[in-house]
Amino acid sequence: MSTKERNVDLAKWSGPKRPYDLVKELVIALVVVTLLIGACAAVFGSPDERAVTLQQWGQNAPSDFVATATGELAGSTISAGYGAPYNDAAEGLTLGPLKLQKWAGITIPVNPAEDFVLKPLKSSIDSAVPTAVATWSAASADQQAKWAEDYAAAIEKAGDSAKVVEDAAYGPVPVMTAALLHLAQEGSLDGLLTTEVTPLPSDFTMPLLFLADGGYFDELGAQQHLHGDQWGMMNETGSYPGQSWLWMFSFMYQIEPFKSSENADSQIFAMLFLLNLGFIFMPKLPLINRLPRLIPFHRLIWRRYYRENNL
Amino acid sequence: MALLALNLNHPAKFFDWGFVSVSIPNLIMIGLIVVLFVLALVVPFPTHKEDGK
Amino acid sequence: MATMWTTRVRRATIEKIDPQDALPDNQPSYVASWIYVFGVLTLAALAVIIGSGLILTVRGASWWHTSGVGHYVNSVHLWAVELFFVFMVVHLWGKFWMAAWRGRRFATWVTGTFCFLSSLATAFTGYLIQGDFDSQWIATQAKDGLNSVGIGSFMNTLNSGQALLLHVALLPLGVGLIVVWHVILVRKNGVVPPLDAKEIAGGAA
Repeated sequence: MSTKERNVDLAKWSGPKRPYDLVKELVIALVVVTLLIGACAAVFGSPDERAVTLQQWGQNAPSDFVATATGELAGSTISAGYGAPYNDAAEGLTLGPLKLQKWAGITIPVNPAEDFVLKPLKSSIDSAVPTAVATWSAASADQQAKWAEDYAAAIEKAGDSAKVVEDAAYGPVPVMTAALLHLAQEGSLDGLLTTEVTPLPSDFTMPLLFLADGGYFDELGAQQHLHGDQWGMMNETGSYPGQSWLWMFSFMYQIEPFKSSENADSQIFAMLFLLNLGFIFMPKLPLINRLPRLIPFHRLIWRRYYRENNL
Repeated sequence: MALLALNLNHPAKFFDWGFVSVSIPNLIMIGLIVVLFVLALVVPFPTHKEDGK
Repeated sequence: MATMWTTRVRRATIEKIDPQDALPDNQPSYVASWIYVFGVLTLAALAVIIGSGLILTVRGASWWHTSGVGHYVNSVHLWAVELFFVFMVVHLWGKFWMAAWRGRRFATWVTGTFCFLSSLATAFTGYLIQGDFDSQWIATQAKDGLNSVGIGSFMNTLNSGQALLLHVALLPLGVGLIVVWHVILVRKNGVVPPLDAKEIAGGAA
């Protein structure tokens, strides 16, 4: 096939025409589609799985909460070791030689130990907290890390923070994390973290980053089949259809080399960028732009025209 | 909600095939696309008698 | 030669429009397949999305959690989006298999792809502002992808206020403009003739 345009395609159609009422078509479509959607909405409804609070986390998974708070102090959680745009704890993901994440800069500063643990503790009425925080603040960074890491290891070993035997090796960390747990359980931590940046917020970066550092939230997502490696990007809570149009995006996370790549996110973004370029320029892609001829669905669509013109 | 005739607020079932895992509701929506496409191609489009001939 | 800017704009726009092209009451006789109605169905679903979205906008982001009527409007919004994508994909497949980009209709295809891609972004921000577990989950998951390529430095999925404004202002404006542009191109160029239609003599129009 020549890619040269044909006159019949370029010129205004001069062959036979027939009446076609576009406005009537649009109005009928509007009525039919509105009724159809209205019926779907009435029959199926929509999901509204209640948002999770830090209070729920503290009440339902106290040990996970304490372990996560300890991790924030130790610098071992996801957000504590994140990098841009939150902090400089890591280089961030790269795309070959491009350090796009790092270059974009720290625009949403988050210091997890300070923001998720130490600042909220200022509101604790626990009488042991001021001394514990003072001890923590006076210690060297190495000492702080050692306390927190040792306590995290002890929780892991005991399987439950409540079963960890008191030990001076953990420094003030158990007192601090227990007080933070208390703040969470009574419900005040939700407010404290949400209002940390501004008292009338619309931004939930602080509480959500903290929540997502824990195992409790992660487990809730897994139960709903929402994890990236469960094709979760396409899925919705409950038995509702989700964003199935993200199938290609979701698919990439299931295959090598992305599946096991540390830079999966940036690599998949780049792949999708290229694929979308291909989508936009599909009519110019050799072979692909010939598919409509090779697989002749058009013979069905225009069967009347071909029949009437003996083509 | 009281309006609901069908409650979908329960965990979805999944179609699993190798590494492919698609929720049944998503599969229904994808199936709907395929079915509509095929129907659009094969179902004759009503045309007025006076046209063409 | 006219030098007034107003005259030039009028000549370049309104005077170029043939009323019969803009709102034709007939179509080439080959326009006789159900595949042709999926563009209009997509537009109809978009109209329902915008209508239900405006009601949700008037009552605010958390209304639908507490009101039965609000929940119903939210359900309408969700199902309109699901069907919008179903219709759009059928339309897209149809146009692909018709090779509808022929006859200098490439720009129509390109604006169509942008309709699709901008709709993805709009739907995504909608999922972020539901104010339920789904929003929390999607926000915390999607941030990593956006952060990994630097987009996260200005588009923070954890910032509901930002997602809300993108969803109800910037992105629908973008989708709306592209859809209007797409429809104008369709009307301007007419419906593509069948593949291998009988060739006609003479040059291009």
